[in-house]
Amino acid sequence: MTKKNQRHLSPGFVLTNTAKFSVLNFLADGAPEAPSQEAVTRIKPSVCKDSSKVPSEKKPFAQTAAKMVVSKEETESSILSYFSSSEDAKIDDTFYWSKDMKLDHIAVVGAVKSLSADGYVIESNISVSFNVSTKEGNNILSTGSPEVAVHAHLKSVGPKTKDELDAALGKDIVKIGMGNCMKNKWIKKDGKLLVTAVDDVEDSVLSLLKKVVEGINVDSKELAILKRRKLISSVTRKSFSVMRGPNYAPTRVKKAADLTKEMLDSGAWKTTSFKPYNFLTLGEKVSGGYLHPLLKVRSEFRKILMQMGFMEMPTNKWVESSFWNFDSLFQPQSHPARDAHDTFFIKDPMFTKSVPEDYYERVKTMHEKGGSGSIGYRYNFKKEDAYKNLLRTHTTAVSSQMLYKLANQEGGFKPQRYFSIDRVFRNETMDATHLCEFHQVEGLVADYNLSLGDLIGTIETFFNKIGITQLRFKPAFNPYTEPSMEIFGYHPDLKTWTEIGNSGMFRPEMLRPMGLPENVRVIAWGLSLERPTMIKYRIKNIRDLFGHKVEMGRTRTAPVCRFDHSE
Amino acid sequence: PATMPTLSVKRSRLNAALGRTYTDAEFDELCFEYGIELDDVTSEREEYLKSLPPGATPRRADLESKSEEVVYKIDLPANRYDLLCIEGLSRALRIFIGADAAAPTIRKVAGPHVMVVDSASTSTVRPYVVCAVLRGMKFDRTVYESFIDLQDQLHRNLCRNRTLVAIGTHDLGAVDATGPLRYDAQAPGGVRFVPLTHPDGTSFAADALLEHYATDPACKHLKPYVPIIRDSPLYPVVSDAAGSVLSLPPIINGHMSRITLDTSDVLIECTATDLTKANVVLDTVVCMFSGYCRDPFVVETVEVRYEGSDAPADVPGNSMITPALSTRTLEASVSTIASVVGVPSLTAEDVVRLCNKVQLSPASAEGDTLTCTVGPVRSDVLHPIDVAEDIGIAYGFNNIERKVPKTCTVGGEVGIGRLGDLLREEISRAGYTEVLTHGLTSLADNYTSLLRPVGTDAVSLSNPANIEYEVVRTTLLPGLLKTLQHNRSASFAHGMKLFEISDVVLRDDQHVVCDTVVGARNVRRICAVYSGPTAGFEIVHGLVDRIMTLCEVGPEEEYVATSNDEEGKFRVAREGWSYIIKEAEAEGEGGTDCRSYFPGRGAVVMLTNPTLGKRKVIGHFGALHPEILENFTVGYPTSAMEMDLEVLL
Repeated sequence: MTKKNQRHLSPGFVLTNTAKFSVLNFLADGAPEAPSQEAVTRIKPSVCKDSSKVPSEKKPFAQTAAKMVVSKEETESSILSYFSSSEDAKIDDTFYWSKDMKLDHIAVVGAVKSLSADGYVIESNISVSFNVSTKEGNNILSTGSPEVAVHAHLKSVGPKTKDELDAALGKDIVKIGMGNCMKNKWIKKDGKLLVTAVDDVEDSVLSLLKKVVEGINVDSKELAILKRRKLISSVTRKSFSVMRGPNYAPTRVKKAADLTKEMLDSGAWKTTSFKPYNFLTLGEKVSGGYLHPLLKVRSEFRKILMQMGFMEMPTNKWVESSFWNFDSLFQPQSHPARDAHDTFFIKDPMFTKSVPEDYYERVKTMHEKGGSGSIGYRYNFKKEDAYKNLLRTHTTAVSSQMLYKLANQEGGFKPQRYFSIDRVFRNETMDATHLCEFHQVEGLVADYNLSLGDLIGTIETFFNKIGITQLRFKPAFNPYTEPSMEIFGYHPDLKTWTEIGNSGMFRPEMLRPMGLPENVRVIAWGLSLERPTMIKYRIKNIRDLFGHKVEMGRTRTAPVCRFDHSE
Repeated sequence: PATMPTLSVKRSRLNAALGRTYTDAEFDELCFEYGIELDDVTSEREEYLKSLPPGATPRRADLESKSEEVVYKIDLPANRYDLLCIEGLSRALRIFIGADAAAPTIRKVAGPHVMVVDSASTSTVRPYVVCAVLRGMKFDRTVYESFIDLQDQLHRNLCRNRTLVAIGTHDLGAVDATGPLRYDAQAPGGVRFVPLTHPDGTSFAADALLEHYATDPACKHLKPYVPIIRDSPLYPVVSDAAGSVLSLPPIINGHMSRITLDTSDVLIECTATDLTKANVVLDTVVCMFSGYCRDPFVVETVEVRYEGSDAPADVPGNSMITPALSTRTLEASVSTIASVVGVPSLTAEDVVRLCNKVQLSPASAEGDTLTCTVGPVRSDVLHPIDVAEDIGIAYGFNNIERKVPKTCTVGGEVGIGRLGDLLREEISRAGYTEVLTHGLTSLADNYTSLLRPVGTDAVSLSNPANIEYEVVRTTLLPGLLKTLQHNRSASFAHGMKLFEISDVVLRDDQHVVCDTVVGARNVRRICAVYSGPTAGFEIVHGLVDRIMTLCEVGPEEEYVATSNDEEGKFRVAREGWSYIIKEAEAEGEGGTDCRSYFPGRGAVVMLTNPTLGKRKVIGHFGALHPEILENFTVGYPTSAMEMDLEVLL
């Protein structure tokens, strides 16, 4: 330890040698410099630890010593060669060392940290707090205190009004100076005039301030006065003491961060040493596009249904007639689902232009009078209700058309499996799980002599493929299916029994008017696409899944859609 | 939804009626098997606490007036009106669990009373009435409440909020029945009576009464029914032999004939616009409450006689004896039932036995023919398939052997769905993130905010749930722009790329699907936006080229003449298919849509193919006009493209 460095450890310093001191941001902005080593006075250590107390105005503390502009490598080399003198060589405080070496302290700090990362040096933090004169304090140091100026002026030119004083000395000086003169009883009021009360005064503020800047201990009460008058402020300076590290060498061999093309071309990779990799940070985000979670589930469901032999139905048809949406399904015209508060009706075009006429008559007869073993609903079927346009409330409107085609196709009926996944619309109150639009998944099988056992088995096959293996069936009512069953599943994610879909056999009153043979039965089931998606992707609010309020981050982080975890 | 009625019953009363004390879990299981649902186990007090606004402190007096007795809330199927009261629910469950053999048969005795209908006037507003008399009813508080509750339930459900049927029940002892009762329709000003709502004796003219109900907050429960008859020139009135008003259907009964706990003889009248439903309603009330009569399950009939012109065609001889209490026998094939349920081993004896569990008895079988009985409360049974379902329930849906249909069918998908899915994969691969936006939108978002004139091509809604839902969208662009707006705090430094493949709906009077013309058609579109530090016209332009390459459509030579198209030699194009882009012209095809683009920065995509012919505009793209960005609060320059997909199939 050199003699020169020892003097920096004079008792006037408060040193906090905490190895992991965190106010490094301040260092990056440039360390404040005390006016001189002597100008530092003792303040409470606790202040040093709070970086927020460090004043933001740094200009008065800027380093005054001229510095050479040197490169990062040169700075590092200066440090390393400084340590080459002996194993015990030490920089007690980088701040003063930089001054001595005519180096920029910020650059030195950067170099120390860089060298330390590779083990060339070991550093420990130094935090020094001291008082410095503020801008206002500096004014007093150069021209004396305002109160002395006010007194001196009155003494030399005689009694004056405040306005006259303002004109002569300036408002700022008078404002502070006059108040202090009155408090000190140096001057008094004589009507509107101000006159001196004593002849000679002493500029105690100036002398106190001088002591503080010179680093002479002053009484804490007096220090408080200066602080209150904002003539001084305390600042903290961060620097390091530095010693050789375990990997010390007089010259630095820079480690490479990554393999480069140049290394491959030159073969330098064989001799280059590489920086250790930080395995505890996330990799770089991949760029690219992302698919929407609901539509990922749609794709998977489509695949599953196609594997099961189901043919997709063309459901690109949002506007429907009440006839296909309700009447053809044998849903009576007075059914509450046909109310305006459940269904979106169309203002324009309000009515369907045409439906298949023969079939219309057969449907009407079935509603009014029954047939094929049914007594019908026995009411007056209204054409204007049947022709009312609406936004389809279920994709079953399309299923109905497909079954009609199946019955009337060339060559007659052939067994078929159909599915669709598409939007439907309900004029419902919206909440966390309901929107006016959602996707319906629907599957149906048309074949001779199908049974409830076939329906249950088909549903079971489908739900097994989406990870729900325990199913129960509850009798239910649905105007166009008989028998009807609600599907309950034990949900492995929710760990509870919950209703997961609806199902049934289409009523004969629906199938016979289409022309399907007597022993053809149609089994069908349906569910919403949103609910399984919300469970799968842990989404609580449907607005976070469907619509423009979806956060892109949710789409970007959604995993692939697969349901085979339990297989 | 509105279709699911709920019944609240006290657990102790239900258990007493079932003759067995069920645990909540056991009762839940029973409900599940029978096809009803135990929705909630609660109490009056719990319901009261739930009804308070969050954070409100209950009033002590209110709280103490609410019973803590356990109440079951049970969801019921919308076609079983007999289950809407504890009398019917417990009867059905007792039979289901085997505690009772069968439902009681209701016996009709001819009564002296006649209801004369002035069909000339009633036909203008509410043509039908059916009546019945229950003699020697023993009311107590519980029975009385159940009687009122059933009427409310029926009014809400089967009666479609009294539009189809309205029930009036009267104390026959307070009615002058010395001559015929009368149902007619009269001018509102001339009908005067003291309504049930005014026990203080205030008398109203019918028109003033409706006005009162429409405006008085104390009568807000009656307000919804006022519009049913308000605008009718004549109001329906039921009156007694002395001309005193018994009821003003479907609004309110008179105070004079009100039912009290002391009432013994009850007159029930159901006025209606639908005779079938009126009969179901009356039969249901009679079947449920005749058990409390002096002679249990006996009902006294009333003759309803239509006089004057316009008698309804469905009342033969202009006279009918009510209640109808129609009971019919239904024949069904045992083997068909077994086949539908999926239990081939079901024998005729099995089916007869199961009929007894589900109120279809008496039943018998001969050979393959089952003959069962459909009583008056089983209006849900329309067809033998309904019998099959009940047999299935009685057998237990969960006891049926599970299998899959044996016929082999080939799976497949619709072409446009397949193309859409393939393109979704490719476009996301190109760096675009997929969004899913609403099909319903406002006129402003669909047109004016995009600087497009309000067109006539959109389908508009007659009863939108809110202002956002005026029309079905004709463009996907607003959804994407609103997504950009919502994600505006995300980083746009490297550009935000979004896309959607979905449908818009356009009006179209020529489009035929399944021999039906609704006046509109769906069009599958692809829309994409790029938003970043610069508008990025060339970025969406590149996407257009990419989609064309993916769809095997090559550029016209003129189009790529000055491009550095080094990959062109690998491109595969369909014979006769090509495309070109042209600067959008205000008066040209697609010009209106192109008003969304910054001048000189809009283009149309033109396709040539064997079906469309030469250079048909199938989409457009460009840098969006800054005013649009302002309208949608998008902070960065943005380019967009939108194109029809079906033409690329």
